[in-house]
Amino acid sequence: MENTARVKSEEMVSRIDGRLAKNKVVKGIFLTATIFTSIILIVLLYRIISQGAPYLTWDFFQNFASRRPEQAGIKAAVIGTLWMMSVVIPTAAILGVGTAIYLEEYAKKNKLTRWIQMNISNLAGVPSVVFGLLGLTIFVRVFGFGNSILAAGFTMALLVLPVVIVAAQEAIRAVPKELKEASFGLGATKWQTIYRVVLPYAIPGIATGSILAFSRAIGETAPLIVVGIPTFVAFLPSGYLDSFTALPMQIYNWTSRPQVDFHNLAAAGIIILLAVLILMNSVAVWIRNRYQAR
Amino acid sequence: MKTTNKELSPVQQLLEKKYNSGFLNRSEKIIPAVLFLMAAVSVLTTLGIVLTLIFETITFFGDVSIVEFFTAKEWYPFSGTDPVYGIWPLVLGTLKITIIASLFAIPIGLAVALYLSEYASARTRKIMKPILEVLAGVPTIVYGFFALTFITPVLRGIFPSLEMFNAISPGIVVGIMIIPTIVSLSEDALSSVPESVRQGALALGSTKWETASKVIFPAALSGILASIVLGVSRAIGETMIVSIAAGSTPSASLDLTTSLQTMTSYIVQVTTGDAGFGTTIYYSIYSVGFTLFIFTLLMNILAQFISKRFREEY
Repeated sequence: MENTARVKSEEMVSRIDGRLAKNKVVKGIFLTATIFTSIILIVLLYRIISQGAPYLTWDFFQNFASRRPEQAGIKAAVIGTLWMMSVVIPTAAILGVGTAIYLEEYAKKNKLTRWIQMNISNLAGVPSVVFGLLGLTIFVRVFGFGNSILAAGFTMALLVLPVVIVAAQEAIRAVPKELKEASFGLGATKWQTIYRVVLPYAIPGIATGSILAFSRAIGETAPLIVVGIPTFVAFLPSGYLDSFTALPMQIYNWTSRPQVDFHNLAAAGIIILLAVLILMNSVAVWIRNRYQAR
Repeated sequence: MKTTNKELSPVQQLLEKKYNSGFLNRSEKIIPAVLFLMAAVSVLTTLGIVLTLIFETITFFGDVSIVEFFTAKEWYPFSGTDPVYGIWPLVLGTLKITIIASLFAIPIGLAVALYLSEYASARTRKIMKPILEVLAGVPTIVYGFFALTFITPVLRGIFPSLEMFNAISPGIVVGIMIIPTIVSLSEDALSSVPESVRQGALALGSTKWETASKVIFPAALSGILASIVLGVSRAIGETMIVSIAAGSTPSASLDLTTSLQTMTSYIVQVTTGDAGFGTTIYYSIYSVGFTLFIFTLLMNILAQFISKRFREEY
């Protein structure tokens, strides 16, 4: 009896080394995967910057699209993206925050509300190219906007709407109950409470989430292609029903040409796109950190 | 003490205003209605998507037989004389890309998630979080560019038989794109397993790996599976990477080294070209879009089902 117990415990002791070694090996594999993921990002950024940086000249910002790579510029695309975002941001922000207020403050906890909520989360999973098909049918054809800034802007606004709604809902939900009750206690009506107490408190959170959603709209390409936004545009738009081109469309056009010179231009365009996105993300992070302490 | 109207406290003024103004009462009733209409927009969007796809697909099936759509093994719409519309090659193209992406992203994604939640120091986590956020925020057009101008040439250096447009390079890059989704959702699931469970396993003498593989991982399985399904769903709907790097040849062969076309890249090919409104080719993008929509919808419903059905309550 005693002997077998000793043998067993000896066996266990002798197995400990193996088990610890296994743990070490697995940890090494996991660490490698983690480092590998970081290296991918570094290689991606390095490739794009080394390819595109020499092309970032003043002329590049000043010139329109051209068949000759040395004369091609990104002016129309940058201005076009700004025009488009001037439709996307107000549309998505107003609809998104409005929907979030309705769901969090007014909606009864019934089947209809649950159904709207489920519908929003399913909408977030619809591929962007399908939103393009919606935009092509509704905005381009039925409303007759053509391949204009308005058609593209509305399509993009609907695409990012679910993200804005969810972000705004979370921010509104995080408003302390005491604040609302105090406001009601002072005799404020429901809307006064929402407008003067809930929203001011929730705005930093809403802004952080919305900025991230808008940065997605800047980089999305597929819906623009489906809506029919042209890539070769040598003029600036002068109204919302004008045709235009946008940054990702210009990058796509340059990427799909066989000449290496155009690929370098695409890399230069990507640098501008990524710079805008990083700037927007930094603003979002800054807002989050600035107001998180409260 | 007598109070004149001027000396009313803010609360009394507010009450006064409330009872005296019909405007306030009216706006209290109008505002919820306006907000409800805003909420209705997202429902209308879903409705718009579904109805658009259904109606235009029905128009398409007026020109092309539904039997041909599901059974023909060829997708050859641009033939002037004898076009064939069999969805299978496009579905196969999407499957090839999705399977390669999953084989690449699931092991790496889970390894990173396990490392971050079970092994990494707080400092490592602080460094990795922003890296993953940046990877998640990179637009897919940028990944497409990366696939075509970097991954494909590198792979062709190793395997000279690989064609310029193939399934492997975009498949890997779609995998890179979905790694952040899998990592962040799996890590959430892993770190929501209570610390007491982890400490209990360690106190019984398990190594960290034994704790992670036999206790934590099974406990977080529903969240992990949901993260994988969502990642796969994103891979199915991914458009730009495959449009740029996978080519535009609908192919029913299982060869991974040659050009192919997915459902998404077909839609892009038609809409960048000049297929006129009202042609059969124009309507065909809706039938393809509808098929794609069904695929991703099923995946999303599956993800919701998994995370509800198998959720562990602590």
